[in-house]
Amino acid sequence: MKPAERMKIPRQSMPEQEAGERARNFQEVNTGLAREAARLEAQRCLRCKNAKCIAGCPVGIDIPAFIEAVAEGDLDKAAAVLYEANALPGITGRVCPQETQCEVRCIRVGKGEPVAIGYLERFVADWARESRKEGGAPPRPTGKNVAVVGGGPAGLTCAGELAKKGHSVTIFEALHKVGGVLVYGIPEFRLPKSIISQEVAGLEALGVRIVCNTVVGQTVTIDELLGAEGFDVVFIANGAGLPVFLGIPGENLLGVYSANEYLTRVNLMGAFSFPACETPVLSSAEAVVVGGGNTAMDAVRTARRLGADPATLVYRRSREEMPARIEEVKHAEQEGVQFQMLANPVEILGDEDGWVRAVRCVRMELGEPDESGRRRPIAVADSEFEVPCQVLIEAVGTRANPVLTQTTPDLATNRWGYIEIDDNHMTSIRGVFAGGDIVRGAATVILAMGDGKQAAEAIDRYLAGKRASMADETA
Amino acid sequence: MFLIREARWLAKDVRWLVVESPRIAARHRAGHFVIVRPVENSERIPLTVADADRVGGTITLVVQRVGATTTRLCALERGDSILDVVGPLGKPTEIRNFGHAVLVGGGVGTAVIHPQAIALKQAGNRVSAIIGGRSRDYVILEEELSAVCDAVYPCTDDGSYGYAGLVTGKLAELIGDSAEQVGVVLTAGPVAMMKAVAALTRTPGIPTIASLNPIMVDGTGMCGGCRVMIEGTMMFACVDGPEFDAHKVDFDELNNRLRAYRAQEKASLEHLCRLGLNRSMD
Repeated sequence: MKPAERMKIPRQSMPEQEAGERARNFQEVNTGLAREAARLEAQRCLRCKNAKCIAGCPVGIDIPAFIEAVAEGDLDKAAAVLYEANALPGITGRVCPQETQCEVRCIRVGKGEPVAIGYLERFVADWARESRKEGGAPPRPTGKNVAVVGGGPAGLTCAGELAKKGHSVTIFEALHKVGGVLVYGIPEFRLPKSIISQEVAGLEALGVRIVCNTVVGQTVTIDELLGAEGFDVVFIANGAGLPVFLGIPGENLLGVYSANEYLTRVNLMGAFSFPACETPVLSSAEAVVVGGGNTAMDAVRTARRLGADPATLVYRRSREEMPARIEEVKHAEQEGVQFQMLANPVEILGDEDGWVRAVRCVRMELGEPDESGRRRPIAVADSEFEVPCQVLIEAVGTRANPVLTQTTPDLATNRWGYIEIDDNHMTSIRGVFAGGDIVRGAATVILAMGDGKQAAEAIDRYLAGKRASMADETA
Repeated sequence: MFLIREARWLAKDVRWLVVESPRIAARHRAGHFVIVRPVENSERIPLTVADADRVGGTITLVVQRVGATTTRLCALERGDSILDVVGPLGKPTEIRNFGHAVLVGGGVGTAVIHPQAIALKQAGNRVSAIIGGRSRDYVILEEELSAVCDAVYPCTDDGSYGYAGLVTGKLAELIGDSAEQVGVVLTAGPVAMMKAVAALTRTPGIPTIASLNPIMVDGTGMCGGCRVMIEGTMMFACVDGPEFDAHKVDFDELNNRLRAYRAQEKASLEHLCRLGLNRSMD
């Protein structure tokens, strides 16, 4: 097919549940490309010799190669290329911000829309989960033991990569289920939990051992892992889980949640099916979510599904500055979420019985760009107004989890409590590596996965070095 | 799965469970708590660890039947198991020699002070425990505390046993007695009781530590549901506590926040009854 013919094919759209319908259920919004649509979309790729999209991918997937395989109908090969670089493509195909990573670099952006790399990644991963046979022979065991602290995106990726290299890997997870933000944070309607459990089952098939209910630093220490427990290496990926609050009056009223708590109750604990699931969550006629990121979108769309009308998003900047994925903002709008842009909460108001009744906001306008490069919001004088709500959810960021670092004094951290690492992802303790949000601060699933992958390579080199020096000693 | 080695009633609706959990038993210190989830679909709830046996690899939990999840836990017998137990969580109690340490426990809060009593005794303190209940049947752990404390003062609201009146009445007596020389007070139990204890020790300036019991989900700092105000600063009871300087705690706000799910608790319990899981436990 000639490039001119490829250029003529329009970008395929993602089939999705109808907005009015899906605003009342928790089933996945996007239903996935059909095989023919995927083939057409794959044919849109111009097969650039010097493909820029690859550099935009934190795990370095050979994007043109997997897309070419889809275009040729060789899905087995497409899956092989994907899994070579990315242990969890069914997840990243759904939650990556492609518009700022791979797709934004697509050569076609100059003349229309980029190739839908994310849709294709998801298509191949879903096909592979349904149809693909078991992989090749298991790798030869190296006899090395690695403990991974935290079963979120960074930990799962690192575990998978190390298992592929023949190391014996154990993941220690604090919660009763692995997945981290994938299971407690991202809702079912965006990332079905069955996909995570299948991807995790894949890791277990590679030999990864999963131990839940273990808070490293409390249940067992790093020293014990490296000592009596017999691990050669520890990889720390326990995340930046602590919610930040706005620090305004009224935050302890009944009905005020951090997005973490609200989403954990609904996603991890299944509160949307209360009382069959025994964890409750407050539902309300009117809900307000504060923030502009993906977590805020997840929270407001969850509130909408739990019956809030209106479910309103309050954000202090304008729509252009919102860090959320474009698709999430579009979906939220279609589902009837109201947007109060350029509004900043100053006080949460309660009734005489201690419950939230409204949030008082002040209008904002945009001034000069700040250090983040986005225009700084400035309060407009005498512009206060109230938004009624009985549930208010704050999705305004998270900070480092202190549990492990508090009980591991030798672990060097910066002034915000994030763990310091060298170029090889190694911390101040020899043999202890770290990655993901506990190093970089709250970021995306894919950046954490990129860290997990790089750390796995560094750990493999470190273990190989240890083997070599041991061989020298015994020689 | 965590096997139940022993199960018995301490009082009406208060269950004593000895649970196999070698890792938690090895790391447990006074002041720590655990989060348990008895079965799939049940809640994660924080529970006090009343004792830990390192050699036997067990921890002892004391559970009061209130909602659906605690009802499930109270129905467990020896040989049954709990799906998830995670811990030890929180910061341990600061243990040193205060001279005379007075522990004030109310209801199942009495379970919190038991390991504290052991640790304080080992640190060389003279240890007294004031333990309260509605009536004689609700005074728990008197025997266990008597084995480690220098003095134990049971108190009952109805005067059916021990000191007739609230624990604060007995505490006021001890504070007022110059021979007692109270060096520190540690308290755990209903919010109103802890608030009254803090009020009593504020004027004489006796250092007082309260073990708080807010609503929690994960217990590792992730949800922020357990936030409490300590002298105007927001703290998370799970990672910053659960013990705080009682003179700095906003008890009224804590009390208000504990009401958040009253209606749902009732609905959840009714649902459990319809399922027929709520067997008689008297």
